[in-house]
Amino acid sequence: MDAAINTQNYRQYLARFQSLIALFVLCVLISFLSDKFLTVTNAWNVMRQISVNICISVGMTLVVLTAGIDLSVGSILALCGAVTAGLLRNGIELQSSNLYIGFTVLGACVAGIIVGSALGWFNGWAITRFKVPPFVATLAMLTIARGLTMLWTKGFPITGLDHKFAFLGTGWFLGIPLPVWISGIVVISAIIITKKTRLGRYIYAIGGNENAARLSGININYIKIAVYTIAGALAAVGGLIITSRLDAAQPNAGTGYELDSIAAVVIGGTSLSGGRGSILGTVLGAVIIGVLNNGLVLLNVSPFWQQVVKGLVILAAVIIDKANSKNE
Amino acid sequence: MLVAENISKKFSGVTALDNVCMELHAGKVNAIIGENGAGKSTLMKILSGVYTEYDGQIIYDGEIIRFKNTKDAQAKGIAIIHQELNLVPHLSVTENIFLGSELTTPLGLLDKKRMREQTQKLLERLKLNVDPDAQIASLKVGQQQVVEIAKALLHSAGVIIMDEPTSAIGDREVKVLFDIINNLKAEGKVIVYISHKLDELFAIADRYIVLRDGRFIGSGEMKEINHDRLIQKMVGREIAVNLKNRLSEQVEVLLSVDHLSLCKDKDKTLLKDISFKLHKGEVLGIFGLMGAGRTELLETIFGLHSKQVSGSITINNKNCHFLSPADAIREGFALVPEDRKKDGLVLGLDVKQNICITTLDQMQNMGVLDNGKETSLAQKYIDRLRIKTSSSKQLAKNLSGGNQQKIVLAKWLATNPCVLMLDEPTRGIDIHAKTEIYKLIAQLAGEGMGIIVVSSEMPEILAVADRILVMCEGCITAELSIDEATEDKILMEAIPKNN
Repeated sequence: MDAAINTQNYRQYLARFQSLIALFVLCVLISFLSDKFLTVTNAWNVMRQISVNICISVGMTLVVLTAGIDLSVGSILALCGAVTAGLLRNGIELQSSNLYIGFTVLGACVAGIIVGSALGWFNGWAITRFKVPPFVATLAMLTIARGLTMLWTKGFPITGLDHKFAFLGTGWFLGIPLPVWISGIVVISAIIITKKTRLGRYIYAIGGNENAARLSGININYIKIAVYTIAGALAAVGGLIITSRLDAAQPNAGTGYELDSIAAVVIGGTSLSGGRGSILGTVLGAVIIGVLNNGLVLLNVSPFWQQVVKGLVILAAVIIDKANSKNE
Repeated sequence: MLVAENISKKFSGVTALDNVCMELHAGKVNAIIGENGAGKSTLMKILSGVYTEYDGQIIYDGEIIRFKNTKDAQAKGIAIIHQELNLVPHLSVTENIFLGSELTTPLGLLDKKRMREQTQKLLERLKLNVDPDAQIASLKVGQQQVVEIAKALLHSAGVIIMDEPTSAIGDREVKVLFDIINNLKAEGKVIVYISHKLDELFAIADRYIVLRDGRFIGSGEMKEINHDRLIQKMVGREIAVNLKNRLSEQVEVLLSVDHLSLCKDKDKTLLKDISFKLHKGEVLGIFGLMGAGRTELLETIFGLHSKQVSGSITINNKNCHFLSPADAIREGFALVPEDRKKDGLVLGLDVKQNICITTLDQMQNMGVLDNGKETSLAQKYIDRLRIKTSSSKQLAKNLSGGNQQKIVLAKWLATNPCVLMLDEPTRGIDIHAKTEIYKLIAQLAGEGMGIIVVSSEMPEILAVADRILVMCEGCITAELSIDEATEDKILMEAIPKNN
């Protein structure tokens, strides 16, 4: 009997190993074709680039584990970046009452994250209170948040930010870029939440069988709202990193990011029907996408081909995952 | 004749079938009998092409066959009616029956007229009086089961496998089903019949084949064996059932339900003015036919339909109004639902996680789940309820029905409830697990728990209950003490009266 469990675990490890092997092969292949790939600078570069996607994808993983989806993360990212940048540069000025509120870097960042959380909360509220399918509710938010971004920025980038703010996206701490620190902390917290807390267990339970979860006395709505709020907050964190790195809030930042993050989640082996998957898998998925993007750029592959290749990789990953779970 | 030779099948190292040999005769009803986990379902899934990888061979009419998939098995004349209904709720009866084998006109368009006609014929043959265009979702469960049979008959199968075909249907429909089976038998078809209801098997089956722990134990003519010998073969030992050995004096009122009503819409009343009391240490049986409102009553008490409810619920002299199951659980209620796969378990989580799901707040240490506490709680119930699992980390979906039911029981016992509500607690599980659950009910009542058992099986109600409420069309029509209750009396009150 114990042997049975061991083989099962072994298979799971092997399945995880497969993605690692794929990543390794990918790295070897690219390093043969381009001598710029296997350098320290490039490695940090890749990690810095994927840190935004990792932040978003961690939130996405939680949402997908409850059998939901969040299409609004790209727009929320843009809005939160813009809000933070706007507050940093202009503060809040109420001419009628002659009031001016300036923002420190920390204050502006917190404000951005609060906006992200609020929009995420709104997603969860619409989904649970009115039973709007997550796909529709977050699709609506995708448009709403993008529209709000345009209103806030009037369609122009917000530039000339406090140089202290730039530290967030470009700075180093203990020899490691700050965005990598941030995404690392996000990942570790999420792993603890999913593996070690009640919230995490309930997330898996809801995705696995919502009826049974409800009858077990779990407050489904509360958990779902929490998950969408976290996703919104993490999108905001991603927005801060991007804005800081570019030293500008672009009104069209984050377009299509929801697809990249869903791709990372799916490549990482999380089931879109909920209840099965892991944060670590998603991280691996995000790394694979990041390395692939980086490699294709280094090899001067046309951006059009990059999209085709990325699509094929997603497809292949899911097919392999399906084959694995069939063996169980 | 269908012959299975040396069939073996393993799941990730665990042997489900071990060298099973058997013969299934044409023109006979062959009953496959065994406890949970005996391998019946696995064997049937091999015979019907669900599992294509196995050792051994299947010989049908003298020819070795190996199915590529279920469709292949269907084409070769093997039809299976699964225990769980496999119908699409929002398609019509006709569309469901022809799903996957639609008739077309020469132009390649759906030939709705012809399909409708054939459906009509099938339904008449099965004496099912529903509109072929009716949506499946609008049918009662019993009627859906008959549609499932019609679907199997459509392919004029030579072998028809029925897995617990009567688990969801009423006595009248069972009679219809038996007539159908007898007709099919006369046509020389191989009927394979799986059921836990032994009385039913003695009524319909010609031959028996007993499996135990994945091995073939014996076979023979049904008339040459009696009830007790058959059970003995199934469990490999004799079991004595002695249930009613507790005190019959109950005085303290635990739960009092007064004038409870439930209206789904303006005009649809599901429960009408229900009042009853439950005492400490009492087992209250609730009997009713399909649609009598039994499940709705339990759900309402459990806080599931909070918006449409009127009336009051008093527990331990405290008036309660539950807005959600979470509220009800806090006051000491527990509900083991009728459908364990749909409402009871998270199949993708393991045994431990399923057992601990109701008490996770007690399983944490500074906000972090304590694996040691969880494992020891799970192990406690695995031992106490004798749950057969390779470990507490086994996924719930890999366990047999009876053991899954025990997990659902375990997760509720872990909350230390004072009122335990069981909805069809032994549906689809074997006689051995059934006996264990009956004993557990008696034991828990002996410890002072109030227990409500809803069942559509009369012998079950009579075996476990101290007092019986009979429900019909949303009302309580009778209250009987166990001494005055007989099957006749109960049934008389349960059948709707036309006036």
